[in-house]
Amino acid sequence: MSEAGERVQGGGLGRRRTRRGAAGGEHARDLAFAVLSPLALLAVWEITVRVGVLDERFFPAPTSIVSTLVETIESGELLANTGISLRRMFLGMLVGGTPALLLGLVMGLYRPIRVAVDPLIAATYPIPKSAILPLLLLIFGLGEGSKIAMVAIGVFFPVAINTTAGVLEIDRIYHDVGKNYGAGRWQTFRTIALPGAMPLILTGVRLGFGIGLILIVIAEMVGAKSGLGYMIWNAWQIFQVEVMYVGLIVISVIGVLFTLVLSELERLLVPWRTAR
Amino acid sequence: MAETPGRTLQEATEEGTGQGGQDRKIQVDNLTKQFRTKEGPLTALDRLSFGVEKGKFFMVVGPSGCGKSTLLRLLAGLEEPSSGSIRVAPGPPGKPANSMVFQQESIFPWMNVWDNAAYGLRMRGVPKREIREVVGEYLEKTGLTRFARAYPHQLSGGMKQRVALARAFANDPDIMLMDEPFSSLDEQNKTLLQEELLRIWDESAKTVLFITHSVDEAVTLGDQILLMTANPGRIKALIDVPFERPRSVMELRARPEYGSLVYQIWESLREEVEQARQKEVPR
Ligand SMILES: Nc1ncnc2c1ncn2[C@@H]1O[C@H](COP(=O)(O)OP(=O)(O)OP(=O)(O)O)[C@@H](O)[C@H]1O
Ligand SMILES: [Mg+2]
Repeated sequence: MSEAGERVQGGGLGRRRTRRGAAGGEHARDLAFAVLSPLALLAVWEITVRVGVLDERFFPAPTSIVSTLVETIESGELLANTGISLRRMFLGMLVGGTPALLLGLVMGLYRPIRVAVDPLIAATYPIPKSAILPLLLLIFGLGEGSKIAMVAIGVFFPVAINTTAGVLEIDRIYHDVGKNYGAGRWQTFRTIALPGAMPLILTGVRLGFGIGLILIVIAEMVGAKSGLGYMIWNAWQIFQVEVMYVGLIVISVIGVLFTLVLSELERLLVPWRTAR
Repeated sequence: MAETPGRTLQEATEEGTGQGGQDRKIQVDNLTKQFRTKEGPLTALDRLSFGVEKGKFFMVVGPSGCGKSTLLRLLAGLEEPSSGSIRVAPGPPGKPANSMVFQQESIFPWMNVWDNAAYGLRMRGVPKREIREVVGEYLEKTGLTRFARAYPHQLSGGMKQRVALARAFANDPDIMLMDEPFSSLDEQNKTLLQEELLRIWDESAKTVLFITHSVDEAVTLGDQILLMTANPGRIKALIDVPFERPRSVMELRARPEYGSLVYQIWESLREEVEQARQKEVPR
């Protein structure tokens, strides 16, 4: 947007005026607001805690959260728990996402399978995944299995549903081309269904990650002795409110980083959409 | 074949549909295609019978909606006939039976120009080295070499159509099915690719079925022209184009016989187009 100011060529004074004028100024102001508003919020938070307006037991001052953050990093506790949660997320997404992707592709391509599987998905999808946790604990015990299964179930549905929709969205002409140019079953999978559905598959993965993150935290709170969810829950039990906040911060950072990774992945996998 | 087209269309028709014992590539008998629509069955093609000789350049002309694309899709095996039969003589082994250049946009948006053009060859498992050679050649011929790595959304409409042409040419089919392949091209590219098509056809033993709206194009390129009636699609006439090969497009167009043949076809088509317009009901 700063080019808008650049394009207007005048005398020195005129030019400076246009730079600060409408477009350029707006951009700078947007940026300032975007950076300043969280900072301002933190400052207000800090001050209100220090003067005693906010209750320190529930809303510890940002500075004390930061020092707890440093402490938990130094003790290795934070990194260990984060690593464990990430590993569970990763394995869960793999275990849930892979069959979901395959099922979605098959459902999108073959009507009989779609007709047969659709009601099963429609019936199981609305069950709150957290409600299955006790069952999973029963089946997989308190070990890694139940956590990974929890994430996998959460990831499965959005990926399967979006992949099916993505394949169905592919224009019929591309199937005709595949048929006319001799694409077999596997080739149709690989050259038409998978790339054609990729934009929606990635949407499914994004949604699945969000759900997976919720579920892993719940699962770790209830049935684990490690991970970010456990860390937060344990902090509540021993009333270390700062640690709870540290956990929340790390989870939100994980969310942001994953979004970044996914949009990078999108640029690689869907260059024909994002190159625009 | 070199006689002047002084005959009436009727005579030409009788000659064209006569069951000659020549080397038939395609034989269509009583071909009917109905589509089920919300308003009931729609007869797109009504008892079509004709044959196409091996190695001929066969043009299909008719008003919009008369079933030309449907006919080609039936020949390609993308639709099943409602009744009647299509017989296609087997081609040389190792060659694909037919390749279609579709009327609508048909190149994969998720593949770049090169991968699109190589599609048929890859599906057939042609060795990489050969693919590189052939695809390179046809991208050159369609003027797309510089855009080999570009994705379709970065191309103009005419360029996309040229990618579809390169894909079909590179596949080297026994029968080439072309559904208004040049309609979205500019005059220069159209003329160049018409000549390229004629050259490829001259060199190979390909049978070409070519749909066009342009009577000029039909007379310039074709050996035979199938004129179709408006809905339901029936055969109005099958016309032999009597001009010798190889043809010089410009010289051909200067001849009086050329003009009179184009005129006859036009006259015949005009009735159909007018009828088609009257029957066309908005949906
Ligand atoms: N899949 C389909 N379902 C229902 N009706 C169809 C279908 N395909 C074609 N039709 C109908 O069949 C008729 C012939 O269509 P077709 O596409 O073959 O015409 P065309 O001669 O190629 O026209 P144009 O010159 O405009 O391309 C039309 O009335 C069309 O509406
Ligand atoms: Mg058509």
